[in-house]
Amino acid sequence: MTAVHVLTLSLLGAALAMTTVRLLRGPTSFDRIMSLDVLAVLLVSGIAVHGAARDEPANATLLVVIAVLGFVGSVTAARLAGEREEGG
Amino acid sequence: MSPADVVTAILLPAGAVFSFLGALGALRFPDLLSRLHAATKPQTIGLLLVLAGVAPQARSLTAAAPLVLVAVFQLITAPVTAQTIGRAAYRTASIDRDRLVVDESTDG
Repeated sequence: MTAVHVLTLSLLGAALAMTTVRLLRGPTSFDRIMSLDVLAVLLVSGIAVHGAARDEPANATLLVVIAVLGFVGSVTAARLAGEREEGG
Repeated sequence: MSPADVVTAILLPAGAVFSFLGALGALRFPDLLSRLHAATKPQTIGLLLVLAGVAPQARSLTAAAPLVLVAVFQLITAPVTAQTIGRAAYRTASIDRDRLVVDESTDG
């Protein structure tokens, strides 16, 4: 774990914290969906950096799975929230 | 330090800074559409830079291939996600119309 990894993970951690605040604060459900999508992307970045820092390349499957889940989840939730609030 | 380490040392913090600024915008911007703008584009470039920084550390091409897959996937899906959220928000009138400079969905 070098200074570069510590710096990178700290910045990503701060980004994660700010996104979590937006996730909790809302105010609309679309803000929350957007925050969850950002969280998934930040998680992928964090896992990639962590893997490089620990010299463990084995977590590549995890990256792909989280990226796919983040995409499918966000689009599904956005469509659902759109229909629900449109239909009244 | 090998050349690969230098590339990693530059790209990893650069990507993290983009992610950080994107999250800052998502937290601080005043309305949904500008938050959506801040949340999607810097996050994508941040992830791409981080993946590009991690890739030189991979021991083989096989280990680096999933990183390319994630990068391409993110490039394809980020606009789809942002557009879906934005359209759903627009149709349910969740956005602040006073802040729009041009509204082609209604005017056009």
